[in-house]
Amino acid sequence: MKFLFGALALIGLAAAAPLFVRLEYFYFAGFVVLQFIVLATAWNILGGFAGYVNFGTGAFFAVGAYSAVALYKAVQLPLGLQILAGAATAGLLGFLVGLLTLRLRGIFFSIATIAITIILETVVMNWHYVGGAKGLPILRPTEMPLYFTNYTQWLFLVMTVIAVLAVATARYIQTGWIGRGLRAIRDNEGAAECSGVPTLKLKLAAATISGALMGAAGAPFAQYLSFIEPSSAFSLNYAVNALAMPIIGGTAHWIGPVIGAILLGTVQQVVTVTISSEMNVLVVGVMLVVFVVGAPEGILGLWNRYVLKKSVP
Amino acid sequence: MPHVAHPAFLVLGAYGTYALVGLGMDPLVAGLLLMPVFFLFGLAVYQFYYMTFERRGSDLGVRGIAFFFGIAFIVQVGLILAFGVDQRMVEASYIGTSIEIFGDVRIPQRMIVAFGVALALTVSLALYLSRTFTGRAIKAVAQDEGALRLMGADPVRIKRWAFGIATGTCALAGALLIIVGPVDPNLDRLYIGRTFCVVVLAGMGSMSGTLVAGLILGVAESLVLASVGTSWAPAVAFGILLAVLGVRPAGLFGR
Repeated sequence: MKFLFGALALIGLAAAAPLFVRLEYFYFAGFVVLQFIVLATAWNILGGFAGYVNFGTGAFFAVGAYSAVALYKAVQLPLGLQILAGAATAGLLGFLVGLLTLRLRGIFFSIATIAITIILETVVMNWHYVGGAKGLPILRPTEMPLYFTNYTQWLFLVMTVIAVLAVATARYIQTGWIGRGLRAIRDNEGAAECSGVPTLKLKLAAATISGALMGAAGAPFAQYLSFIEPSSAFSLNYAVNALAMPIIGGTAHWIGPVIGAILLGTVQQVVTVTISSEMNVLVVGVMLVVFVVGAPEGILGLWNRYVLKKSVP
Repeated sequence: MPHVAHPAFLVLGAYGTYALVGLGMDPLVAGLLLMPVFFLFGLAVYQFYYMTFERRGSDLGVRGIAFFFGIAFIVQVGLILAFGVDQRMVEASYIGTSIEIFGDVRIPQRMIVAFGVALALTVSLALYLSRTFTGRAIKAVAQDEGALRLMGADPVRIKRWAFGIATGTCALAGALLIIVGPVDPNLDRLYIGRTFCVVVLAGMGSMSGTLVAGLILGVAESLVLASVGTSWAPAVAFGILLAVLGVRPAGLFGR
């Protein structure tokens, strides 16, 4: 109940934001942070709960983005349906990746997801309908939805809704039987299977949901930039961030990726503006290694240990 | 060990060679000089990994992979910050000339040099692993760590040694890489595919399989390059890798 009210309040705040925040940059940066909340939360469903490390966040993100672009170019599909379409195709990809977990575990699964990213990137590079390697400029719709006067503000609200839905999904999974099953898989897949946990079904579900959420995050990407090209849509940065944010925040709880995404996303925006964009990427890598070495349970683990004085999470 | 940073070390080796060539050195000599440095670097990386992960038993699952992924990323961005994103290449007497074999068939000399050194390196590594005591111990640690410990050998020391050799090899391989063609910091992502493609296709731990798999990948890439177009080439290694992983994860020569 508390979660529901909090979520509704957040969406209300985002909807009312144009009334009291005029600064254009706020929406521009806020969109990116929200996008990372979705990606990190989605990554955590498969990576944090089930222990399958996905390096292919960029692939899911770009599949969502390019599905939306192709349909927008073909039939001028409205934004809501673009997002659904992006989520559907990325979810399908997630299902296929889930099938890979039948044979591959650990590092081999991770490498396979990199392979999928590069192969799809190559395919899109050669797909001329959506611009190929040159990219494709996108004309945003000229009519503004509802009371909005600025399309970026509208996209900001849309991304807030997606982020809230993503976090709610992760929370639902974590607290329910699916989450218990996934944790059992992470700790010992063989033992889980023997105790009657439907491991394949759960892994497929987790991979599909995770993929669909990443696709939903990617769908508004082209509208946001008014442009799309493969190397930025498939960028390794998405994979690194989607992995680093949950690990820094803490993978055991749904709030972990949110904390990580807000922290890292904000730091990156600040560093990009004040120093340089290469430096911002370096910050992510260094923070990832520092946390993996120094605080394996992430910020949540530190919080549990030093504030709540709990030794075991 | 989930060592995804290996290709990043390779690119690092190429850039190290580039920096030394800038001081007026031959790229092959530079690669050889870098080998001991990289060897020590490898020892240090493994030691750090062992102290922070393996000893606590937390190397499995997400964290070990994330650690090496982070290292690879730092190397890549560090190279971008130090050298920029432009492609870099080196000059030497055997680069840019070619040898006529018969008729119009000419082979660039740099390719012959790289081929010879790479072959020598692979053969000597294979001999080292199959003939010497330490080499056999490295093979043993991959098969059964517990058994090795029972035999009175220290698996950690052997793994550290193996990691050092692997990283040292990266220095010379990086020198070859920059002799064969221009290098840029984003190359390591491509080489993750190539490295793992060769290793997985060969079957883990099979040195002779590695040669065959490398040959298969090379031929496949050139065929696609010549017949379909350059823009499809990056997908070849990853396509083969994915197919092998999906159909026969043990590889061609795996047990």
